[in-house]
Amino acid sequence: MTAKAIQFTVDGIAVAATAGQSLIEACDDAGIYIPRLCHHPDLTPSGNCRVCTCTVNGRQSAACVTPAAHGMVVENDTPRLTDDRRTIIEMLFVEGIHPCPYCVASGDCELQALGYRLGMTAPTEAYLWPRRKLDATHPDITLDHDRCILCSRCIRASRMEDGKTVFGFEGRGIAMRLNVDAQGGLGETQMAAIDKAASVCPVACIVIKRDSYRVPNGERRFDKAPIGSDIEARRRPSGSGGHRS
Amino acid sequence: MTEIQASLGARKIVIDPVTRVEGHGKVTIRLNEAGEVEQARFHIVEFRGFERFIQGRMFDEVPVIVQRLCGICPVSHHLCAGKAMDVVAGVDQVTPTADKMRRLMHYGQVLQSNALNFFHLASPDLLLGFDAPVATRNIVGVIEAFPEVGKWGIFIRKFGQQVIAATGGRRIHPRLCVPGGVNQNLTVDHRDALRKDIGQIIAWCGLALELHKSFVHAHQELHATFASFPSSYMSLVGADKRMELYDGTLRALHADGSTIFEDVKAADYRDYMIEEVRSWSYMKFPHIRSLGRDNGWYRVGPLAQVNACAFIDTPLAEAARKDFMALGHGGLVHATLGYHWARMIVMIHCAEVIERLLYDDDLQGTDLVVTGKRRPEGVAVIEAPRGTLLHHYTVDDNGQVTSANLIVSTTNNNEAMNRSVTKVAKDYLTGREITEGLLNHVEVAIRAYDPCLSCATHALGDMPLIVTLEDADGAIVATRVKE
Ligand code: SF4
Ligand code: SF4
Ligand code: FES
Repeated sequence: MTAKAIQFTVDGIAVAATAGQSLIEACDDAGIYIPRLCHHPDLTPSGNCRVCTCTVNGRQSAACVTPAAHGMVVENDTPRLTDDRRTIIEMLFVEGIHPCPYCVASGDCELQALGYRLGMTAPTEAYLWPRRKLDATHPDITLDHDRCILCSRCIRASRMEDGKTVFGFEGRGIAMRLNVDAQGGLGETQMAAIDKAASVCPVACIVIKRDSYRVPNGERRFDKAPIGSDIEARRRPSGSGGHRS
Repeated sequence: MTEIQASLGARKIVIDPVTRVEGHGKVTIRLNEAGEVEQARFHIVEFRGFERFIQGRMFDEVPVIVQRLCGICPVSHHLCAGKAMDVVAGVDQVTPTADKMRRLMHYGQVLQSNALNFFHLASPDLLLGFDAPVATRNIVGVIEAFPEVGKWGIFIRKFGQQVIAATGGRRIHPRLCVPGGVNQNLTVDHRDALRKDIGQIIAWCGLALELHKSFVHAHQELHATFASFPSSYMSLVGADKRMELYDGTLRALHADGSTIFEDVKAADYRDYMIEEVRSWSYMKFPHIRSLGRDNGWYRVGPLAQVNACAFIDTPLAEAARKDFMALGHGGLVHATLGYHWARMIVMIHCAEVIERLLYDDDLQGTDLVVTGKRRPEGVAVIEAPRGTLLHHYTVDDNGQVTSANLIVSTTNNNEAMNRSVTKVAKDYLTGREITEGLLNHVEVAIRAYDPCLSCATHALGDMPLIVTLEDADGAIVATRVKE
């Protein structure tokens, strides 16, 4: 076992990292949860949602694309950062259409769970009410564009894990949207239900058909504990793993 | 309003709720030249957006989405859509566990909804008097005057809600149905908790019925005639025409008790029923095809559920049914206030069915979902607390809904409610004044049907009213507000 060479603090807690780890990965190991949306542990980070933004040595930095560095001073759980993150979540809610109460992902959705964790009530921004079509052309998968938060997880998974190019973005800024590489919709692509890309969507955009609502209320992923609890459970009570200094 | 305006020289009395929200009702009473009541209508703003809104959504989402349609009976919509989507999923028979879980949820829903109507909305009128002051003619007034009755109401309702929560994860907007089955069975813990209370619930339902009967016996004339008229009835019935609220065939009877149709499957409803849209109302007016537009109307709900069945397969409810049917001297019971009595019979039946189910091991089975070959269309009927509820969907090859048609219970009772209000207006309107008494009686008549206004979220109990009296030229003679 090699000792972890990189030492730094997050909100005053000592954290150790190995070379090559990102800030978010080191914190995950240490049991410190940094809210995130586009980051997925199995995928190359892309840094495009900015939810994971922390203050690193006084400057704002997205934790998923910031390498852990010796001696850095990180702020994560502050009222200001929580506010910023909540604002991002709110903007994602109003940019799409998110009827959580009857959505298939409800209770299992990372966007919704972050809304709860960050204390979002009703969005304060105006709803944009996009009109995007639900693509149900694939026999096993639906693509409900109204729910897409443009996190790019599916694009990365398709390219790097599945060796396909099923998904991509088109347009820029507010007009940016997810696209598939076939005129006739998802059903004409190489996509298969067992692809990695079919399992990484944080919201109810990519949904496996026929599985909807199979998990009862109370037993869904975020029914019992808030998002991030699994990571926080890794934190050792006191002593070795990290404590406020 | 075209029909009314066309009636030249007629005078109009409008009873109109203040509320601007969806789910307001309005009563218009039309007078003839002689100043007598000619006709009355109860207008409902029905929420029609759903049928369009659901288009393009995946069929398996519908049972959950459709609950948002109605703030009062979301569970009935959930189960009815669930049954329709079984058909779409190519499933004709769900597993015993799935069937009984849904039944348990349904009977819990009807129990709690009927308790809500009877104890919270109707009992203040019945126990305190139609003309008791508005300030005390409510559940709080009932609790003060009859503390026991208030307690029964609260606990029966709560029990029904616990049944819903035990089967669907929460009291309102539960999730149980998936196409072809359910997503959970009943845990032993839930079962045992419900078993502990069900005996008491049945007993309280029985006491409430006795109390109601003493009201009826003290007011026999009123009970028989108030807002009443002979009518046809329609309801689901089960095997051997027994009372059946969850799944069965449609049966319709003439006012004299003879059969209009029976053994009609949900899928064939259009062979027997037709829906008409009238210009002055957003609501549809469904009627029985063979009887035509003018005579094809009928009543649904508890009175129809009790009238249309040949017997009830639970002992206490069956005894209560026989007792009730004696009012009809061998025929059907047409008393509009009989809706309340019938509602309590159904309530007792629900409690008895729940008890029976709680001792059925199938509820702990693990075989939850079956699959089949997809079909393009699904129709289902359920007896919701307020009566027959129908859902009809078409679905494309991708699984997206292409059309939806819902006939909700209150819509079925459209014509009957108009007639009841007309009857009350004829009996209680004198001259050109809208008295508080008239207002109260109109409200009592409508409440018997327990209409859910617009399938939104507002029960009639919360509905404020404005009464406006207009003369032949449309000028307002008097206005009366009822909070
Ligand atoms: S995708 Fe998530 S946030 Fe959007 S409606 Fe569904 S549960 Fe809510
Ligand atoms: S479909 Fe899902 S995974 Fe893909 S970009 Fe949209 S939200 Fe992200
Ligand atoms: S999680 Fe880091 S930018 Fe999205």
